[in-house]
Amino acid sequence: MELINKKGVRMDGRKPDQMRDVRIEAGVLHRADGSAYLEWGGNKVLAAVYGPREAIPRHSQDATKAVVKCRYNMAAFSVDDRKRPGPDRRSQEISKVISEAFENVILTEEFPRAQIDVNIEILEAEAGTRCAGLTAAAVALADAGIPMTGLISACAAGKAGGHVILDLGKAEDNYGEADLPVAINHQTGEVVLLQMDGDLSQKEFDQALEYAIRGCKEVHELQKAALMKRYASHNGGGEA
Amino acid sequence: MGQHVVLSQITKDYIVTLADSGKRLDGRPFDAYRNIRIKVGHIQKAEGSAEVWLGNTRVLAGVKVQPGTPYPDQPTSGTLSTAAEMNPLAAPDYEAGPPRPEGIELARVVDRGVRESGVIKFDQLGIKDAEGKISKVWMVFLDLHILDYDGNLFDACSLAALGAVLSAKLPNTRYKIEGKTEDEPLPLSEPPISTTTVKIGKSLFSDPSLDEDLCLDARLTVACDQEGNIRAMQKGGYGSLSVDEVKSIINLSRTNGARIRQLLKQAVASGEARTQE
Repeated sequence: MELINKKGVRMDGRKPDQMRDVRIEAGVLHRADGSAYLEWGGNKVLAAVYGPREAIPRHSQDATKAVVKCRYNMAAFSVDDRKRPGPDRRSQEISKVISEAFENVILTEEFPRAQIDVNIEILEAEAGTRCAGLTAAAVALADAGIPMTGLISACAAGKAGGHVILDLGKAEDNYGEADLPVAINHQTGEVVLLQMDGDLSQKEFDQALEYAIRGCKEVHELQKAALMKRYASHNGGGEA
Repeated sequence: MGQHVVLSQITKDYIVTLADSGKRLDGRPFDAYRNIRIKVGHIQKAEGSAEVWLGNTRVLAGVKVQPGTPYPDQPTSGTLSTAAEMNPLAAPDYEAGPPRPEGIELARVVDRGVRESGVIKFDQLGIKDAEGKISKVWMVFLDLHILDYDGNLFDACSLAALGAVLSAKLPNTRYKIEGKTEDEPLPLSEPPISTTTVKIGKSLFSDPSLDEDLCLDARLTVACDQEGNIRAMQKGGYGSLSVDEVKSIINLSRTNGARIRQLLKQAVASGEARTQE
């Protein structure tokens, strides 16, 4: 399989440093305190935030700050071969690293003994769901009015067919050489999520990281636009 | 354990008092549904999918179809398995984890609506091999995701389930089925439509809202087919219903069901349908 041809064109027609189309909408659910819907290429993600509210069970409370409980979940029908419902090791790991990314930016010390629930539901998956999920969840947290030091966003870069590329597609993820998901706090420029698997030279890593950060920035603009659209409309706000 | 949602006594009293003067909290007539929107085929990875909005209640149903081993007692028939997830996105008191009795009742009622009603012709779901023998059958997995809970999950879930099943395709090409060159629709027959009515105080309300769901005395879901025959029922709640009330609920189900059936047909044919605002 040729993941990228001699002219530097990828299987889906993208250039090496080109992202898939991303669309974000804030405030899509009625019951949740904050919510967002995001489409990123073939990924469809819904995120909902509840809280801050009393942490239950009580032994999970922290007397000095709120705990962030993130749940990443894939719908059974979101992938080609049906996924058994419920948490598996992969989704629990992703939930953990995303929780930690948000703990870093949420002003948790404002809400001792509270919990903030961040639910990420992958309705359809096509490579890069953790980045899509984190990006959607950040918008949902902002929509819920949770104070944060910055609006974080995520994007992956990697290597496929010998080229460093931005935002891996399904085939590039499965058959490529490396995957590097990154999340950035745009207020500080700090990295709040970083994972990597595969094989990259120092030079390739530097370029992949630069690509990923550029991708994060691009997504960040769309996050801001989605929130502006919800809260800066002429009739004084959203409908819900 | 967990988070709780309670309806204040004052709201319940208000719903009952309003009902005595012929009114409903959100201004609807007693027999009226909220706006319904059905969107079919949104999830491309699923063999069939449908999203249903019933007022602010929102449910996504997805169907996966895979070849598998049949049950020994029905060696040539396909199988169905239904799960309903009360997703923690949907309400503050929904939690991840094993389904609670409410979720199990819901999944089983929806499952019966698809299984026992004969919508899917399971006896036509055998997969023939090169010698024409059936050793594998199609297994249908129906997964319901409740995304936003604002009352009446039974109807929203049943409708989403039907939308997903009616639009589902047998993935012949993906599994390289002998003698098949393209995907085909599931073998189907005309489905019954489920509608739910609740009793609060002395009044009967169609399509309960969240507040009405939280203070209902009794609930009755009735499924009627195209001929108007009754095909399934489920009563819930601690209250009781008189025989006359049961009969008027069945009549309500016939008229509301006929309207919803038209909407469902329209959605399956054109991808989306909604009632007039």
